[in-house]
Amino acid sequence: MIPELGHLALVLAIATSILLVVLPLVGASRGNYQLMATARPLAAAQFWLLTVSFGCLVLAFLQNDFSVQLVAEHSNTRLPWYYQITATWGNHEGSLLLWVLTLAGWTWAVALFSQSLPRELVARVLGVMGVISLCFLLFTQMTSNPFTRILPVFPYEGNDLNPLLQDFGMIVHPPMLYMGYVGFAVVFAFVVAALLGGRLDSAWARWSRPWTTSAWCFLTLGIALGSWWAYYELGWGGWWFWDPVENASFMPWLLGTALMHSLAATEKRSVFKAWTILLAIATFSLSILGTFLVRSGVLTSVHSFATDPTRGLFLLAIMALLTGSALLLLLLRASTIRSEGRFAPVSRESGLLVNNVLLVGACGVVFVGTLFPLVVDVLNLGKLSVGPPYFNALFAPLTLALMAALGVGPLLRWKTDDLYRLRVPLIISGIISVTLGFGLTYFLLTPFYWLVALSLSLVFWIVCTELEDIRGRIHNKHHRWQALLNLPRHYKGMVLGHLGLAVTVTGIAMVSFYDIAEDVRLAEDRSAVVAGHEFRMVELYDYQGPNFTATRAVVEVYRDGRQITVMRPEKRFYVARQMPMTQVALSPGLVRDLYLALGEPLDDGSWAVRVQYKPFVRWIWLGALIMSIGGFLAISDPRYRLARRRRTATVTGEQHVAKT
Amino acid sequence: MTPVRRRRLFMVMSLVLASGTAVALTTYALRQNINLFFAPTQVIAGEAPFDRVIRVGGLVVPGSISRDQETLQVSFDIADNSGVIRVSYSGILPDLFREGQGIVARGTLGPDHHIQAQEVLARHDEEYMPPEVAEALKRTSMTHDSY
Repeated sequence: MIPELGHLALVLAIATSILLVVLPLVGASRGNYQLMATARPLAAAQFWLLTVSFGCLVLAFLQNDFSVQLVAEHSNTRLPWYYQITATWGNHEGSLLLWVLTLAGWTWAVALFSQSLPRELVARVLGVMGVISLCFLLFTQMTSNPFTRILPVFPYEGNDLNPLLQDFGMIVHPPMLYMGYVGFAVVFAFVVAALLGGRLDSAWARWSRPWTTSAWCFLTLGIALGSWWAYYELGWGGWWFWDPVENASFMPWLLGTALMHSLAATEKRSVFKAWTILLAIATFSLSILGTFLVRSGVLTSVHSFATDPTRGLFLLAIMALLTGSALLLLLLRASTIRSEGRFAPVSRESGLLVNNVLLVGACGVVFVGTLFPLVVDVLNLGKLSVGPPYFNALFAPLTLALMAALGVGPLLRWKTDDLYRLRVPLIISGIISVTLGFGLTYFLLTPFYWLVALSLSLVFWIVCTELEDIRGRIHNKHHRWQALLNLPRHYKGMVLGHLGLAVTVTGIAMVSFYDIAEDVRLAEDRSAVVAGHEFRMVELYDYQGPNFTATRAVVEVYRDGRQITVMRPEKRFYVARQMPMTQVALSPGLVRDLYLALGEPLDDGSWAVRVQYKPFVRWIWLGALIMSIGGFLAISDPRYRLARRRRTATVTGEQHVAKT
Repeated sequence: MTPVRRRRLFMVMSLVLASGTAVALTTYALRQNINLFFAPTQVIAGEAPFDRVIRVGGLVVPGSISRDQETLQVSFDIADNSGVIRVSYSGILPDLFREGQGIVARGTLGPDHHIQAQEVLARHDEEYMPPEVAEALKRTSMTHDSY
């Protein structure tokens, strides 16, 4: 009964989304305010219907209703309840339902927080989001119905969730990632709505900025969580593999970052308008492309659950439809788009341009490396894969160039500036950062790598120039600490975002060049020394988990003769799927992680164990966290809500007039 | 030429130059890092190059895994339906590596069709068969069930 209720809610949501497409858009084109006013309640209705639908699916998982095919294939009575919940989106159909639910959530959020915007615009934005929603709801209903039953004969026990997905990281990674992916639909909708309405002033840029930033924050968190999960769950200790699926989420992030910056220029100075529109369309297209790559089964990895060509075609059709019509619209309106602002070669605008060129270039690199094997395969020219060295060779210089530019950009003034004005702080920052970067690498790290020295110099370069920028803003104030606290939030957010990048790059440089990995043999009472730490296995025993059996080793870690920690790596065997799993043991720290993974039992009863020493690896995710905190801080800036307060004031004024 | 035109020409020229360099660099990096896939039969037929990293895939032949007792050196045979080649690897094999399982190894080809692998991949799912391996098996015209 509950799955049918869920399905009914899904079908009703489709009906609602059809209304959401038709009524507000027709209303907006005819200037009919009553029709336009339907957008908000319809958006809310769609969101609640999908919440009910998703809730029903979760309930089916919790009740072990194995007559539902999805539950039978992805759950198990012995699975702990929290993993039964996450199993809901640990598969193709369920994760798609989460996708549309997230989209409906964003739509509803736009409906709630758009009180101050013109009614035509709101109607159009919500209508366009309705179009996207309708496409994906139809996709869900026609190719991937999560509520399909196996009747009359259904299994008594489920197939269990893939053990790799039975993990905390998996509880939060997909929803975060989807919040990011789907969030770019909002700025896409704003762009299309502005193109439809023909009003391409910089107002739409101001309105879509907080939405873009929040989607970007969620995507940042989602990618970082995915990387963290891969690090401790896959058992190899890698944090990024240039796997096509990772790339699929990284491409919208790169373009989204470019978009955030060009939106700033478009809002403040009315420049790069067409470019910003193009970026917004491209970012969302890449989000759909990501969904296509992951969901169509053209790629095989942990993430792809099924190979079904019709699904792939359907998704490609959706992408072609949405992107194509948006681009066509842009073409039709191209003559009306005027970038009014003029700027000199040395100016904040130029800085943002450099940022955009580099980020789009980086995205292009990832795009080519990810899609090239697919194209070759489709053309029947053979099977090949593009190795990580390709990405590293091209991505590293682009990132370093971006960091070099990042040191100068924030110091520049809008419209026109003079590098001569900045010569003293830039030269001083340069000297400090090169000295620190090369000095630290030379004296503290062995062996010496040029690339590390250069990366660390650029990290200090960013830190120095950001500090200089802050100093410039508060140095002539009386109460400097007070002035520091009083800096606007969007500014603090920007600084945090940039510092976050510096932190992440520090982590990447350190762990890429100085990690130590050794495969050793360990048996009870035998020890091995890796990276100055002695690892002594003191115990090895078997135990029984809820849905698995496991062998656990107890390893004591000594440094300079003192015991610093005890680590317990495991090898698990998941019964329902007959699948072995390495459960690594971690000793996390701010400057280093110790990482132990049990490999395989060897003939004499000892184990092959991979011991890894990972310097600064946490900084990679810490930086991402700082970046997204910066982003959220920026959105919380009151200037985005100023317009709304003003409007409330006028409304109460009107009421006051009405009463008297 | 007016100054405006000259500036425009300069802009266009530098744009062409920049994108040209970018394309050249990308193509170069791509050429250096493409790992072509070969089935055991193709390796035996001498189709695979010696001087660069390739990927090979097949089913692990039961009973062929031999392990060094002192180090973590391991070697095993992989086969499609008409050819067998030997793969050596030093390190820990992935969780799902086992006899009869389809795997993909990335490494370099030595004499006697011997692959020195840098990486061995057995994917994460019990039923998963690397698509290249599945196709190689299909091409050598017998079904997977014969194992």
